[in-house]
Amino acid sequence: MSNNEQTLRFCSSAIMMRIKTPKNGRVRRELEKRAPKLVETGKKTLILQGTKTSGTLNGVLSEIYHLKKGGAVRFTRKNDNIRPFESGGEASLEFFSLKTDCSLFVYGSHSKKRPNNLVIGRMYDHHVYDLVEVGVENFKSIESFNYDKKMAPRVGSKPFIAFVGEGFENVDELKHLKEVLLDLLRGEVVENINLAGVDRAYVCTAISLNKVYLTHCALRLKKSGTVVPRMELVEVGPSMDLVVRRHRLPNEGLRKEAMRTAKDQPKKKIKNVSSDAIEGTIGKIYIPDQKVGDVALPNKAKGVKRERREAKKKEANERASKKQREESE
Amino acid sequence: MAMETESQKAFHVDVGNLLAFNPFHSFPSLPASRDELVKECLHEGTKLVQAVADSLFNLPSSEDVDGPLVKLPPPTTKLPREKHLPKPKPPTKWEEFAKKKGIQKRKKDKVVWDEQTGTWKRRFGYDRVNDDKDIPIIEAKMTDGVDPFAKRQDEKKKRVEKQEKNRLQNLKQAAKIGALPSHVQLAATALPITGTQAPPKKVTKDELGNVAGMAATSTASGGKFDRKLPGEKPAKKQGKHRKFLPVVEGSGIGSREKEQTESVLNKLISKHSHEILNVGKAVTMYNVKKEKKARNKRNQEGKFSSATNKLKPKKLLQKKTGKKGPVSSKKGKAK
Repeated sequence: MSNNEQTLRFCSSAIMMRIKTPKNGRVRRELEKRAPKLVETGKKTLILQGTKTSGTLNGVLSEIYHLKKGGAVRFTRKNDNIRPFESGGEASLEFFSLKTDCSLFVYGSHSKKRPNNLVIGRMYDHHVYDLVEVGVENFKSIESFNYDKKMAPRVGSKPFIAFVGEGFENVDELKHLKEVLLDLLRGEVVENINLAGVDRAYVCTAISLNKVYLTHCALRLKKSGTVVPRMELVEVGPSMDLVVRRHRLPNEGLRKEAMRTAKDQPKKKIKNVSSDAIEGTIGKIYIPDQKVGDVALPNKAKGVKRERREAKKKEANERASKKQREESE
Repeated sequence: MAMETESQKAFHVDVGNLLAFNPFHSFPSLPASRDELVKECLHEGTKLVQAVADSLFNLPSSEDVDGPLVKLPPPTTKLPREKHLPKPKPPTKWEEFAKKKGIQKRKKDKVVWDEQTGTWKRRFGYDRVNDDKDIPIIEAKMTDGVDPFAKRQDEKKKRVEKQEKNRLQNLKQAAKIGALPSHVQLAATALPITGTQAPPKKVTKDELGNVAGMAATSTASGGKFDRKLPGEKPAKKQGKHRKFLPVVEGSGIGSREKEQTESVLNKLISKHSHEILNVGKAVTMYNVKKEKKARNKRNQEGKFSSATNKLKPKKLLQKKTGKKGPVSSKKGKAK
């Protein structure tokens, strides 16, 4: 019936929009840092806890924060509404990840069913990509190790990472854990590295089908006959047993998209530099015209004075000789 | 050091990540004590780290202030990205038009020769070349009486608005395919206030939740089976919270059913009747009634003598409190 039907009018894009750009250079730079880049360096980690934590778990979380000091954010309040493995419980995590620009997170919680539980997860575009849940056993903190304090690794140095065990190759969960641990412990991706600055190593051993022993060691470089020094590992940092409980792999489509890398695009053209087949790299240098005559001499150079004197002398001599000639003529 | 047989001891070494992986090691039986386990793990770890260091220190190095600097090769293990690949900006409407027509971009100089003053002036900004304010005289046309200076300003305003509109359209187009520049955000503004339309009120999070709950209860099943968005909390129970007695309960001192029936009966039979009747209040009510009667009688008598009631000074109004116990004064006698 036409009377009962309501005629709907669609306004074509009646949404008024305005352009917001940052008024501050600082804000603009910060936004550019957070924008997606072609080549990515360094993921930041978010460390937070759930409703209940135990003493050991607190120690684990603070030590992980300490190991990743430069690129980690630590939240100390409890978050009741975060349940990473449930479909609705990730909204808070994604919000935090968006606000702090962290794509790795470590979530600790303690319950009777899952004591000393750590969920390590990664984000893609600030949505949960994959998760691994491990239980921490036999945790030994940094303080409990005795070592020569001079060898302590410095904060932010790039670590060596060693995985030992056939479990990492055969067992699905351990394979996933290996990938996630690599991402977590890696640090920044750098092109150049100073050989004098390598001083830490992480060793992960697969003890059994679901247990991994993770420890952090300092490196000592000892003299050996060749260029390559002999490595010695000394346990310094936290060591713990990780028992894999659950894990969630990413869906195939998402994984394919995340693993995509851009084909190497030609590097940004540097101005005034060109390359020639024969001569190699050529650079052009533009020098403005030098007005030599207008340049003011800062202090009367000695040479100038002497020249003047000599010139005067010469003139005098010339005049004298001229006079003589005239007289002689 | 190079006496290793390839088949048994090939580690997967990724120098770009300083990573080494030994897939061939296994613990046939777990070592008895923890110390032995730790020692064995460290031993294996040392072997791996040594392997990485072998490749690392053999890379060509350049001398630096702090020490030898090596250029690491790119890492071989692929790890997922943290953000999507940046999409290239789509061409703007002008760029498409220029490509079609074959218009080339020309580089503009920062300073332009100004004929009028005979100096080099900026192209834009303070003290620029063709500034509107610098025109002293415009010849007036015979036909219309329009202010030419105002007209020039209006035209400029229109041009600027058009440009802003075009810029917004270009940005919207870029945002549609997800290639918005990082420093730009498109924000929705409120619709302009037209006539009697009030500006939309800003709603808080709690209010929205309440409204959503109310809307949910208007469904056939009362909102119980609605699909919830991730992170949405279940609706709070509205209305009175009724408490029902348990079905089976022993009889004894604490039985609630017995207490319930007892209180009802007491109210009816008034076992503790002194709690039911408020004696003070009853007395006050009676006294007030009596006073009123007396006043009316007095008024009727003294109406002719006194002035109108309005000119009489207002009496202080007393509070009527229901006090328990005997009320003071002579007015306590019963009728």
